[in-house]
Amino acid sequence: MTANALIKDFQQALGKENVLAAEADRYAYSYDSAVLDPAVPGVVVRPTDVAGLGKVVKLCNDAGAPLTVRGSGTNLSGGTIPKAGGVVALTGALNKILEINTEDLYARVEPGVITAKFAAEVQAKGLFYPPDPGSQAVSTLGGNVAENAGGLRGLKYGVTKDYVMGVHFFDTDGELIKAGGRTVKCVTGLNLTGLMVASEGTLGVISEIFLKLVPPPAAAKAMMAIFDDVEAASRTVAAIIAAKIVPATLEFLDNFTIRTVEEFSRAGLPVEAKALLLIEVDGHPAMVEEDAAKVEELCRAHGAKRIQVAKDATERNKVWEARRAALSALARVSPTTVLEDATVPRSKIPDMIKALDGIAAKYKLTIGTFGHAGDGNLHPTILTDKRNAEEWHRVEAAVDEIFDVALALGGTLSGEHGIGLAKSKYLEKETTRGTILYSRRLKKALDPKGILNPGKIMGE
Amino acid sequence: MGDVKELLRLFGEIDDELVSCMRCGMCQAVCPVYAETGLEAHVARGKIALLEGLSHEALKDPKAVMDRLDMCLLCGSCAAACPSGVRVLDIFLKAKAFLAGYLGLPPAQRALLRGMLANRRVFDSVMTVASKLQGLVTRPANEVIGSSCAVFSGILGGRHFMPLAKTAFHKTLPAAPLQARSGKPSVAFFYGCMVDRMFPRIGQAVMKVLAHHGVGVLAPVDQVCCGIPALSSGDLPTFEKLVVENVAAFGDASFDVLVTPCATCTSTIRKIWPDMCDGLPGEVRARAKELAAKTMDISEFLAKVLGLAAPAPSGAKRTRVTVHDPCHLKKSLGVFAEPRAVIAQNPEVEIVEMAASDACCGCGGSFTLKHYDISGRIGKRKRDNVVASGASVVAAGCPACLLQLSDMLSKSGDAVAVMHPVEIYAQALEQVEQGPGGTNP
Repeated sequence: MTANALIKDFQQALGKENVLAAEADRYAYSYDSAVLDPAVPGVVVRPTDVAGLGKVVKLCNDAGAPLTVRGSGTNLSGGTIPKAGGVVALTGALNKILEINTEDLYARVEPGVITAKFAAEVQAKGLFYPPDPGSQAVSTLGGNVAENAGGLRGLKYGVTKDYVMGVHFFDTDGELIKAGGRTVKCVTGLNLTGLMVASEGTLGVISEIFLKLVPPPAAAKAMMAIFDDVEAASRTVAAIIAAKIVPATLEFLDNFTIRTVEEFSRAGLPVEAKALLLIEVDGHPAMVEEDAAKVEELCRAHGAKRIQVAKDATERNKVWEARRAALSALARVSPTTVLEDATVPRSKIPDMIKALDGIAAKYKLTIGTFGHAGDGNLHPTILTDKRNAEEWHRVEAAVDEIFDVALALGGTLSGEHGIGLAKSKYLEKETTRGTILYSRRLKKALDPKGILNPGKIMGE
Repeated sequence: MGDVKELLRLFGEIDDELVSCMRCGMCQAVCPVYAETGLEAHVARGKIALLEGLSHEALKDPKAVMDRLDMCLLCGSCAAACPSGVRVLDIFLKAKAFLAGYLGLPPAQRALLRGMLANRRVFDSVMTVASKLQGLVTRPANEVIGSSCAVFSGILGGRHFMPLAKTAFHKTLPAAPLQARSGKPSVAFFYGCMVDRMFPRIGQAVMKVLAHHGVGVLAPVDQVCCGIPALSSGDLPTFEKLVVENVAAFGDASFDVLVTPCATCTSTIRKIWPDMCDGLPGEVRARAKELAAKTMDISEFLAKVLGLAAPAPSGAKRTRVTVHDPCHLKKSLGVFAEPRAVIAQNPEVEIVEMAASDACCGCGGSFTLKHYDISGRIGKRKRDNVVASGASVVAAGCPACLLQLSDMLSKSGDAVAVMHPVEIYAQALEQVEQGPGGTNP
């Protein structure tokens, strides 16, 4: 339990109504979207302005109290699960879009702005903010930056880090640190912006974000390619990229996912297909036509059985409905859904898919695989019941093996979900002991008392 | 206080449902209460986590969990948007029943639910007396809406409410059931408490439209509340008593469809009765389920069973009507095209859609009584959308929504009338009867 003195200090700094100390209220911040055990914080605070956030950081540091900053709590690696008895700071009330600048193509936001609301505001001004993580309807931009969230458009448009031009953040003394800003070019000082992105709240507390905006594509075309052979689908992915076409999205669904989605949504998907590729090209209308024709040709040349090109917005929507329904449909099959995101170089996708089939068979588990084939970021989704201890043990072994395979193929532990608590024990497998020690020394220097989201990424 | 072991055993029964929440948090995007408070304990994911916490004995304070469960409109927005299909309402209603059984009902609620709601004769006489007395303590507030407000603000707070009807709807019913014209269906009419006491005009509109179409109507006056107010307070015994009485009132009659003009009654009978009647004797349970399967919203019945023809074209569309989609119609039952089809039967009406027509109005039955402030903030958003549509009438197939809309619009001094879709159709029929030059809706 957090010391009463600290709770009083919070109440004085933020107002009583912004300090939650009741058991039931604290318990509601003991988890996030990761399948991990909850840890109940000692107190939850909700600063209503940036100055209040700075005060929270300083008070925590003075008291040596562990601090976990939380947006909507949707991350999949336990990054927002607090230290038991520690402090959770909510960014929900720091939700102002400070500026959308259509001349200089940037925006300034507070960390608690909801991603999809921001994207819609930007769109209303005739611009485009591409990162679209699966949780965008509720996720916050602060969380997206802290986790370096990805999404469906990663292949062509990149991920969150490619849009962060600068950040303001608090160090552990509550001092405001400024990095980057409004200009495309900025080499002033160390690249602290880069340091903060994907740091999962371990190095500072973000108070303001400068985001790059781009002009929206004038046209887009979507299609669905149906394969009766997974290898052929994977080869097609590689061939499209090799032909120097970069689709905005290039998504993959395996047979199990296709069947499950069809059972759930009755959208008329080909349940006999071994794999589906959902492809969208965008840009100048003439280029879109040309690219779409080439992609269609490549799909045929590499063994697509059938290709459906969306003729209008309704049909385009239908193509994406299948992808959007993938996780929902899989999640309904069993009580617990373990959504993995081990990522491999895209040329290794056939090997990865083969390995996943082997792992499912070896551990007698149901695994549906879908995801961002274009960037090698698949989501093998294990359908299980965490209450079944014996099966859960097999799930853990399977996850270990998925990581081993991904690393052996030259891939990475996490494409977009972060390391958090869930994957920190695997970090050395991908990097080196030295990498972890270096990271820890960095953290120790910036956060001597170890209050900033302790235990995440590099362990303790 | 009850037995903790028994409480844990009951929670064990819904463990499969609790565990189906994968904590994705997508409910945050649609929950009207969370939009106002931003607190995790007020959104479905948080409440389910709290219930799991109680169930696993990680939480020690069932009363605190019950209080947070009460921060819910039971609007079903979360369930409709849930990727993993968690049966959120089922979980909440069952959990409330378990917790109320363990904690006991608060005395005032107990008196209201068990003393009055569960007892038709008491309810009837209290309401009749109240309808006569209300003129002494209230004054008219808005002529277009027909609302009142309190002369002295006490229990009513700043509400602009619809006065109780001088004569309850059921007292105006014909003595004998209407007989169906040949080839026409027969319905049982479940009018619901709010139509009976506050909106008899809706009940009369239903009777008019059904008679016009030659539908047989049976409306037993010994019908009682559908039970949702009891259930939303966790009072399972009162809910069960009400189901038993309703089954007795309707159960053995032969009719094709049970219609109601109340979204909440429809959704309660059709979806909640079958899920929550496990404690009833087998025969009653079977009949309750039969009734549930036969239940339809009045607009759905008119549009789907009777099949409405396109109305005769009229020269001028004189009235702009906007449509609010009650949560218990659209999100719960998928009914939203039908009320519009019914409204369109009135040739003088032009439907203009408001923004976010399916956003909750914030009433939530007893929610507005317990949390008027948050309810009002949610309602204000709805009011702003209604007014921005430029319509002079807002229609909704739910008396509870109509009550909330009346309060919100009346308090802002807006000249927007509040009507049920069936009323708008009935007015067109009246005008045909009266010939040209009838009144506007």
